[in-house]
Amino acid sequence: MKTVMTRTGASVLALTLAASAAMAQTELRMTWYNDGNEGEVMQGILDRFEEANPDISVTLDVVPYQAILESLPVQLAAGDGPDIARVTDLGGLSEYYLDLTPHLEDPEYWRTNFGPFLNWLDPTGGGAISGFMTQLTVTGPYVNKTLFEQAGVEMPGEGATWDDWAAATNEVASALDIPIPMAWDRSGHRVFGPAISMGAELFDEEGNPALVDEGMRTMAQMLYDWHEDGTMAKELWGSVSGSTYLGANEEFANAQTVLYMSGSWQIPQFATTIGDAFDWWAVPAPCGPAACTGMPGGAALVAMEGTEHPEEVATLMEFLTQEENLAEFYGETLFIPGHLGLAESGVEFATDDPRAAHALATFAAAVPSISPIAYEAQGYANNRVMFNAFISRLGEAIVGELTLDEAFDRMEQDVEQQLAEQAR
Amino acid sequence: MTDTTGFGARATRVVTAPLRWIFEALDKPFQALQRLGGIGSMPWWFLLPNLLFFGGFVILPLFINFGYSLTGGTRLFLEDRTYTGTEQYAFLFDCGNYADPTSCREDRFWRGIYNTATFIFFQVSFLVLFSLVTALILNRKIRARGFFRAVFFFPVLLSPVVVALIWKWILLRDGLLNAALVGMGFDRILFFVSPEWAMFWAIFVSIWAHMGFYTLILLAGLQAIPPDLYEAAEMDGTSKERVFWRITLPLLWPNMLVVIVLALIKGVQVFDEVYVLTGGGPGTATQFIVQYIYNTGFTNQVQNFGLAAAASVVLGVVLFVLTLVQLAATRRRDGG
Repeated sequence: MKTVMTRTGASVLALTLAASAAMAQTELRMTWYNDGNEGEVMQGILDRFEEANPDISVTLDVVPYQAILESLPVQLAAGDGPDIARVTDLGGLSEYYLDLTPHLEDPEYWRTNFGPFLNWLDPTGGGAISGFMTQLTVTGPYVNKTLFEQAGVEMPGEGATWDDWAAATNEVASALDIPIPMAWDRSGHRVFGPAISMGAELFDEEGNPALVDEGMRTMAQMLYDWHEDGTMAKELWGSVSGSTYLGANEEFANAQTVLYMSGSWQIPQFATTIGDAFDWWAVPAPCGPAACTGMPGGAALVAMEGTEHPEEVATLMEFLTQEENLAEFYGETLFIPGHLGLAESGVEFATDDPRAAHALATFAAAVPSISPIAYEAQGYANNRVMFNAFISRLGEAIVGELTLDEAFDRMEQDVEQQLAEQAR
Repeated sequence: MTDTTGFGARATRVVTAPLRWIFEALDKPFQALQRLGGIGSMPWWFLLPNLLFFGGFVILPLFINFGYSLTGGTRLFLEDRTYTGTEQYAFLFDCGNYADPTSCREDRFWRGIYNTATFIFFQVSFLVLFSLVTALILNRKIRARGFFRAVFFFPVLLSPVVVALIWKWILLRDGLLNAALVGMGFDRILFFVSPEWAMFWAIFVSIWAHMGFYTLILLAGLQAIPPDLYEAAEMDGTSKERVFWRITLPLLWPNMLVVIVLALIKGVQVFDEVYVLTGGGPGTATQFIVQYIYNTGFTNQVQNFGLAAAASVVLGVVLFVLTLVQLAATRRRDGG
């Protein structure tokens, strides 16, 4: 009887201690979205973090990308945000970021390896360290090389212009009865690289946004004409309203389009969905009179000021940014590294797909030719105001609700009005 | 004679015991309230929980929303926002010519208004017409009447998102309808690229999804018409058209009025189905007023809560007027 009581007492004590330990554990919440397999890879790294830090648990809340754009800002404004989040509006949400500097063991490591990108997260230039890039992205086109071969049309080479590509893709589409010669994501970010190539400056001499200039007009006119002559399908840019994002990744994966203007983040998805069904090939950004540039960008994992556990958040961020963990993350996800040391030493990408390897090499090679204007636009905190004004008004022109000139006027008014509203 | 000692009676007593305890516990406080305020105050005490809930979750947000409409900036909390008076309203109503949205500073608001008006005109007209015809048919002694009543009511049970996705898959470039058209030798139609087709399908899908509900209301009205009126008319040799215009329609009119006003109010609030079906496009061809409010408040990088709140106050006024019309019509029907 005594033994039974002793054992029962010991069990109760053990349970109580376990419960106390569990209660003492700090729970961190990380809001995350997926383009491909990065959620799985991150979960694996987080599991190892929890093993190494039993007093901290991390919950990965996977949400749709739309929720990152629309719901997260409201959550943060209401003071109800997560401890950490993966975001793409890098500068736009900067007022909610936590400066990790006082909590980091080695801030210099961060400045050395993430230096240029820290400015994107801190448009004020105050030197805050708030997070790191989970991926660097570069916009650029993919082509269905198999279709070119089947049609017997030669692919435009280095230095080709958008007009060259439009002519070539039309030739392929008409030879093989492909419904869409060329498809672009319905996103201002995709347009701005080519627009800069055509001479768009985006900002005036004082650094204020100046969306509509000759370069932007030329690019907009080209897009408008391509929709009129059938080079681009109105279903993407004309079929929805406002700044709604629409991707043409499914059309490309189903060989419904010859060329698809998107970016490096599509590589892991295409490696899975297309595989070797056809040769999908990333090609260098087509040229204009001013440049041959895409837009840089990417997603960052940032700490949020509203967290009640800044020390634990910093511990987690330091763990995630260890070179071996980042190398694993970038390598498994096929993302272009946002860590300068790893970019220099090279990452072993977990793919034996020659198309994915070629695409990664193409986008990595595009980085040096990215225009300074493109970097400036990416670092501008209100860049989405400009992107959205362009995309929504051009969409209205494409379906005939506005003339192009009216659309340009409206773009400028939209930017002006939204910035004025923000300044109140 | 009722068995008060058997198993059934005992089970009932056991099951209802908690209710009895609650009523007994409430009895004394309610007696005290009645002594305090008299018998006349008792309805108010019973209504109090509902009034508190309604006040907290409907009336209070209404005032808060109005407060937001008088402010500007991007701050979320009302106390942090800049007071701007009626500037947001002035911005919405700044128009060269109200009939031409492109002459308005906030052209999308006015396009939303005109799109909503067009939608309501056609959707309500055809919804009422089709619901009436369906109710008349289902009121007749046809074979498998119960089955058909269920079939027409079934879409009402579906979520608006499901309805919109089903139709989207049917109407896409490679959807079911285009496959059928191509199979019959016709060209594909890009339904979501043409403003006219997009509006047509927005109206059609909305009617398809909601017709069952209104049919049910009209069917109830038809079944409440005394059959002896029809028998008398038949004995008099009255034609079927005359019976419809002189007996059915006048006696069904109160139900028709309810259907029209409810459909109008629902029409003004249209959002979810159309948002999923067309995304408001092409351009802004199917962007209705509620989507305008949503876009202005939430999807832009600069979330303009003040302007969105002002637009929703305008929408609220329209709905208030429609509700007054419904109340007036109902009172007239009831002879009040």
